Amino acid sequence: MITCPWCGSRDTSEFAYAGEGNPRPDPATASPEAWRRYLYVRRNPDGWTTELWRHRVGCGTYLRLERHRTTDEVRLARAVGGDPA
Amino acid sequence: MRFYDRSLKLYETLAQDLNYNVMFSQRGHLTLAHTDAALRTMRWRAEVNKLERIDSEVIGPADIAGLVPELDVSSHPRYPVLGGLFHPPGGIIRHDAVVWGYARAADALGVALHQQTEVTGIDVEAGRVRGVRTNRGSITAPVVVNCTAGWSSLVCDLAGVAVPITTYPLQAAVTEPVRPFLHTVVVSGTLHVYVSQTDRGELVFGAATDPYPSYSTRGTLEFTESVAAHVLELMPSLAPLRVLRQWAGLCDMTPDFSPIMGRTPVAGFLVDIGWGTYGFKAAPVAGETMAELIATDRVPKLISAFDLDRFADGRLVGERGAAAVGH
Repeated sequence: MITCPWCGSRDTSEFAYAGEGNPRPDPATASPEAWRRYLYVRRNPDGWTTELWRHRVGCGTYLRLERHRTTDEVRLARAVGGDPA
Repeated sequence: MRFYDRSLKLYETLAQDLNYNVMFSQRGHLTLAHTDAALRTMRWRAEVNKLERIDSEVIGPADIAGLVPELDVSSHPRYPVLGGLFHPPGGIIRHDAVVWGYARAADALGVALHQQTEVTGIDVEAGRVRGVRTNRGSITAPVVVNCTAGWSSLVCDLAGVAVPITTYPLQAAVTEPVRPFLHTVVVSGTLHVYVSQTDRGELVFGAATDPYPSYSTRGTLEFTESVAAHVLELMPSLAPLRVLRQWAGLCDMTPDFSPIMGRTPVAGFLVDIGWGTYGFKAAPVAGETMAELIATDRVPKLISAFDLDRFADGRLVGERGAAAVGH
């Protein structure tokens, strides 16, 4: 279960993983090495990680949440554009 | 493809070479096409295969029904079967037996295998690997090969080598055993499913990797539901079968779904990782080529395209011979 700030607690199958959400380098100044790291290198940790998910069959909002990559435990989901007031 | 073909040749004599029954069964491998695009790709694959003298051909629904009568080749399903790529030498092998056979043969040659030993650190001095630290003591070595699976990026982290790998669980399930009826391996890329029957009669179901990276090896209900639905779409008569167990293994996925083999920025620290869904069939040739690299310090031609630098140079590998349901 993942708690969407807009829709409440919903089944995980409603959500889609959308990556680690690393910041994109500035095309004007980034070196080839920086691009390589952005495109290909992933941290792939076996513990807590912050990642982007999308409430695919719900409100469609992108969420930033913390997930433990060994237990799949999820905590602290926030909407990327800001939580509802 | 030459890489795989060499591996298949090694498998064909592996049981004799190791003096161990690896239960290799070349029963034929059938990939189904449910769309015109898939059928076109298959024709193209078949022609490329023939050019490499690999036995593989596109067959129509009538021939498919002859090979696997249980398959629904009518126009009723949501994705009707339009044709298939049949590869007669394709098959299955008892993976445990391969590992046991290799372990026994290696042991007989004087190789020390340390089971239940965790690598806790990799010593690197001035850009050269010096050895490995474990929970049972240290080992000094001029060459260290990381050929782990599942945790390969974490082991690379120990040596300070960043690799483009994410770890995804891949689930599979088996049913209760039934009388043998399925004599080929059936794969459907569109439905993301494969089905084969073991010598014990159980049906083995597999699918794509899970939709998010994780080191968890627990099975999920979503997987069982989706794989069962897809299998029944292919073979409706399997409906009464019960699933006995399911499990998950870890797949190290690279951006191009191909493995990374060869040198790293740390001298002497070699990798043979990122095999993901690339196929157990490559194991013998991977061992042979990596051994050649260690012994001669030259990268064999068969694996030169799989180097770590390809991601910086934009030379990604799109291997058509890979089974890789997860593509």
